[in-house]
Amino acid sequence: MLRFLVQRLALAIPTLVIASMIIFTLQQLLPGDTATALSGEERDPEVIAFIRQKYHLDQPLPVRYVLWAGGVLQGDLGESIRLQKPVIDLVIEKLPVTLELACLAMLVALVIGVPMGILSAVKRGTAADTIANGIALWGLSVPNFWLGILMILLFSVQLGWLPASGYVSPFESLSENLRSMAMPAFVLGNAIAAVMMRHTRAAMLGVLGSDYVRTARAKGVSPLRLILRHALPNAAIPIITLGALEFGQLLSGAVLTEQVFSVPGFGKLMVDAVFNRDYATVQGVVICTATTYVLLNLAADLLAAFVNPKLRRA
Amino acid sequence: MLRLFAAGLVAGIAALSPVQAQTLRFGLMEDPDALDPTLARTFTSRMVFAAMCDKLVDIGPDLKPVPQLATSWNLSEDQKTLTMTLRPGVLFHDGEKLDAAAAKYSIERHLKLPGSQRRGEIAPIDRVEVVDDLTFTIILKTPFAPLMAQFTDRAGMMVSPKAAERLGDKFSTAPVCAGPFKFVERVPQDRIVVERFDEYWNKDQIHLKRIEFRPIPDGTVRLTNLRAGQLELLERLTPTDLPQVTRDPKLKVGSTIELGFQSIVFNPNRAGSAVADPRVRAAFDLAIDRNALNQVVFSGEFLPGNQWVSPKHPAYVKEYPLPKRDVAKAKALLAEAGVPKPSVTLTVYANNEAPQVGQVIQAMTREAGFDVKLQATDFTTALDAADKGNFDAYLYSWSGRPDPDGNTFSFLACKTPLNYARYCNPEADAALAAERATVDLSQRAEAWKSLADRVMADRPLIYLFHRKLFWAYSTKLSGFTPYPDGLVRFTGLMLN
Amino acid sequence: MSNIGITQPGVIESGTGLPPATSLRAEPGPIRAFWARLTARRTAMVGLVIVVAMILMAVFADWVAPYDPIATDWGAIRSPPSWAHPFGTDEVGHDVLSRIVFGARASLGAGLTSVALAVALGLPFGLIAGYAGGIVDLLIMRLTDALLAIPFLILAIALAAFLGPSLTNAMVAIGLSATSTFVRLTRAQVQAVAAEEFVEAARAVGNPPWRIAIRHILPNIVPAILVQATLTIAAAIIAEASLSFLGLGQQPPEPSWGSMLNVAKNFLEQAPWMAIWPGASIFLAVLAFNLLGDGLRDALDPRQRT
Repeated sequence: MLRFLVQRLALAIPTLVIASMIIFTLQQLLPGDTATALSGEERDPEVIAFIRQKYHLDQPLPVRYVLWAGGVLQGDLGESIRLQKPVIDLVIEKLPVTLELACLAMLVALVIGVPMGILSAVKRGTAADTIANGIALWGLSVPNFWLGILMILLFSVQLGWLPASGYVSPFESLSENLRSMAMPAFVLGNAIAAVMMRHTRAAMLGVLGSDYVRTARAKGVSPLRLILRHALPNAAIPIITLGALEFGQLLSGAVLTEQVFSVPGFGKLMVDAVFNRDYATVQGVVICTATTYVLLNLAADLLAAFVNPKLRRA
Repeated sequence: MLRLFAAGLVAGIAALSPVQAQTLRFGLMEDPDALDPTLARTFTSRMVFAAMCDKLVDIGPDLKPVPQLATSWNLSEDQKTLTMTLRPGVLFHDGEKLDAAAAKYSIERHLKLPGSQRRGEIAPIDRVEVVDDLTFTIILKTPFAPLMAQFTDRAGMMVSPKAAERLGDKFSTAPVCAGPFKFVERVPQDRIVVERFDEYWNKDQIHLKRIEFRPIPDGTVRLTNLRAGQLELLERLTPTDLPQVTRDPKLKVGSTIELGFQSIVFNPNRAGSAVADPRVRAAFDLAIDRNALNQVVFSGEFLPGNQWVSPKHPAYVKEYPLPKRDVAKAKALLAEAGVPKPSVTLTVYANNEAPQVGQVIQAMTREAGFDVKLQATDFTTALDAADKGNFDAYLYSWSGRPDPDGNTFSFLACKTPLNYARYCNPEADAALAAERATVDLSQRAEAWKSLADRVMADRPLIYLFHRKLFWAYSTKLSGFTPYPDGLVRFTGLMLN
Repeated sequence: MSNIGITQPGVIESGTGLPPATSLRAEPGPIRAFWARLTARRTAMVGLVIVVAMILMAVFADWVAPYDPIATDWGAIRSPPSWAHPFGTDEVGHDVLSRIVFGARASLGAGLTSVALAVALGLPFGLIAGYAGGIVDLLIMRLTDALLAIPFLILAIALAAFLGPSLTNAMVAIGLSATSTFVRLTRAQVQAVAAEEFVEAARAVGNPPWRIAIRHILPNIVPAILVQATLTIAAAIIAEASLSFLGLGQQPPEPSWGSMLNVAKNFLEQAPWMAIWPGASIFLAVLAFNLLGDGLRDALDPRQRT
């Protein structure tokens, strides 16, 4: 097991290094640099030259990469030139917001997706199965920014029940926080729910067809008990494993959801940074995202390997 | 992880204090940049400075300077020495005294701090001398008419020398000025909080306890928040949203015509440019119906214009009134120039309004024979193209300065940084030198006229309209007065 | 962004996605059997019909649309749906219906082009990696992993932003972002097929490697690629709409469903119809490709039929 872990980690590190190099290089394709973006309305040439020099924008690309990577190894993701703040501080500030959104969305996804998946597996081939599959297909196909706009139209503009946007810290007011997060979490969770439903259904179908469950059923275990006590725990591991892999999707979705609802999280930080040529922030966000994603993949692999020792050969 | 927890804890404690009755929540269109008067460069940051940093002089409704931190001033006969007297007993937020030495420090900081955005605004200053505790003189290299106007903005903001020395270029993380409100905290892209400064020189007029600036870029969202009671005031209301606000009995609207202009900058010097011939530019100008443009995109709320200042501005050159659309004449000019179907790429910002303006101009000029292609890009890409001369025509907006010099010199004088048209004309340069050299109003009016004579004929850029700046606010807020510089004065504001 | 998940590596590797390609080979008349299984699936046929209808609409947009999509009518700004403008007009008086019709070009075009790009790049690299193995494989896979470590849309946003906002660049960004999925898939398929007896036999007879790859391996992995491509088109359509929604795709005045939504969100109260139709169109297009993709998958792999 330890060897497996070491092997996987050894693969993860070059992956991250290459990913950071790709992002770092790509940024140079853009016309105009940070100094152009920052020079202000007056565009004083001296100011532009000063900014270039201060942030090493006048250095060749490899030199800048080494400077940046050296900082990252010491936990310094560089400084957001636009906001004059260390990127790590920005990440720490924005991460809780997106994490909250992601957790709530996951909750929505689990609450909708898992029972629906169980139902459709148990009632396979019936109308309930068809409906559940239809809902999943809806979730997979509806663009979440459009769903967000429709919900704003209904719940904020027409009915006036929920705030159209903004974010209230849970420390300030928990109820306001949940009200402001309700629509974004639902919109983001809706998509994941469909995926979770499909995973749950597949996993449950596998377990329900196993000898073990068949034996239990033959013994006269009640259907509800059979599902909850015998089948679900066995299906849970693949569901959790696959759920972890949805994280990348969650982050992708969060970018748009945060944009639609003006939630000041990770996604919005990134989009704003892209438009302001705030390279350090873009790099920081991408590296953090990639690292989390790679780690989650690793954790999912480990979990899968733990459950199924045959996989450890890989 | 520990840091994360600590950050959450701090945020939690800070948030525990309940929202006070006298807390004004102000929705901004964007997150301001660095909160350092010397380094700041955006219009939005000025919104926040208006609460934190008083200036040597303020601007009156007639655009003339009125006392703020300086109570009196006097310009020498040769217009090269300005003597200013400070208000006695003014304190910075850290308790330091604002005296002549501190004023000298602040002005020199604007001039010398690396990366200063102010240096260009007050470059003709040669040196500052302390006369006594409250009096100092500014010695100019050459007469410079816009100087007082510059002091009504960030160049006139005084910072605490002690704090500035301590923080250096990190001053923006904890700015210390001499205004009515002191800095409390900033959460990027979420809020900037300031609190009443109890030793402010004019504290009797400050009724608000706290101001929270909240950046909400989306205009619709900003308005929704105001209507839901999550804001008390917002800036730059979208004109098309105006009917909703006027219909709402709980909301009010304030407005003022901006000091800036919206224009199309041409790049006649680009190789193969279709707009190289001034007749083509004149035809483009004639093809545009400014009133219709205003109606379509802005519900008729903005002010059509044709000069660097609006038709309502005292420096507007009356000899050149708003031109009327004339498609037939535009076609004739194009035929005369030998390019009946000029192809022009118009660069616009990919924001909410500029592409709309671009599309209307595209449709209008098509009737005269132009083939306009729109290129919507983000702000930085457009600036880069403008810097490098990679554009045909550029829909350009300038936020404006109190003195017309700030709307002209850097755009029209030869080889100035904002002269994207690469316009270089000795007569125009002479006119600009003349308006700078004197504070005499009639002499300056003459200079503006001779500048207009050139620019209206050459058309390096054509001016289209002047935005109206709208604020929407809750009826709970009283004492709100719109100012021509588009900034809110928090003095006298009260929440009921 | 649910369907983007389909292009994520985990789904494929974990086996819920695609069948091993070999399952087809042994069957007699695989194409006909496959077509019979596909047509038997009603949902897949619905998807196919919608896809074909939308493609026809995009191709013949000039005949279908009642107005020029970029013609402005100043007399009808943000006017609600009427007989003259069944879907209403937008903020500068464009006919929304005509823009929806022409917008199909941008959306479907972006979906098809970017996936074609992804396949065109992914297939050869996957073939090389899977067949050559060794250091070449290692290099290609490290690069692929690095790209896959960045979530699909985030990579596409970064790429589109770095290339500059335009529809073409958005297509390139989406195509490049989706490439790694196809590299991985092809490689896995190649490795599975390469171990088969008939490939061993071809090698023993002395066929050069490139010949084996093209003549013997490629035909066997096409079905799996086809399924993945169809599902990725759905993801790519959403990705294009997302980029345009963020202002990184199609530029005005040319219509695209995503950029129409971007503008519409500023007029939710005054002109809700501006937001309804483009979103519904995206939904329908994505749904159709998902239905078709699911149908193809099931039809190609009889064992997984449910």
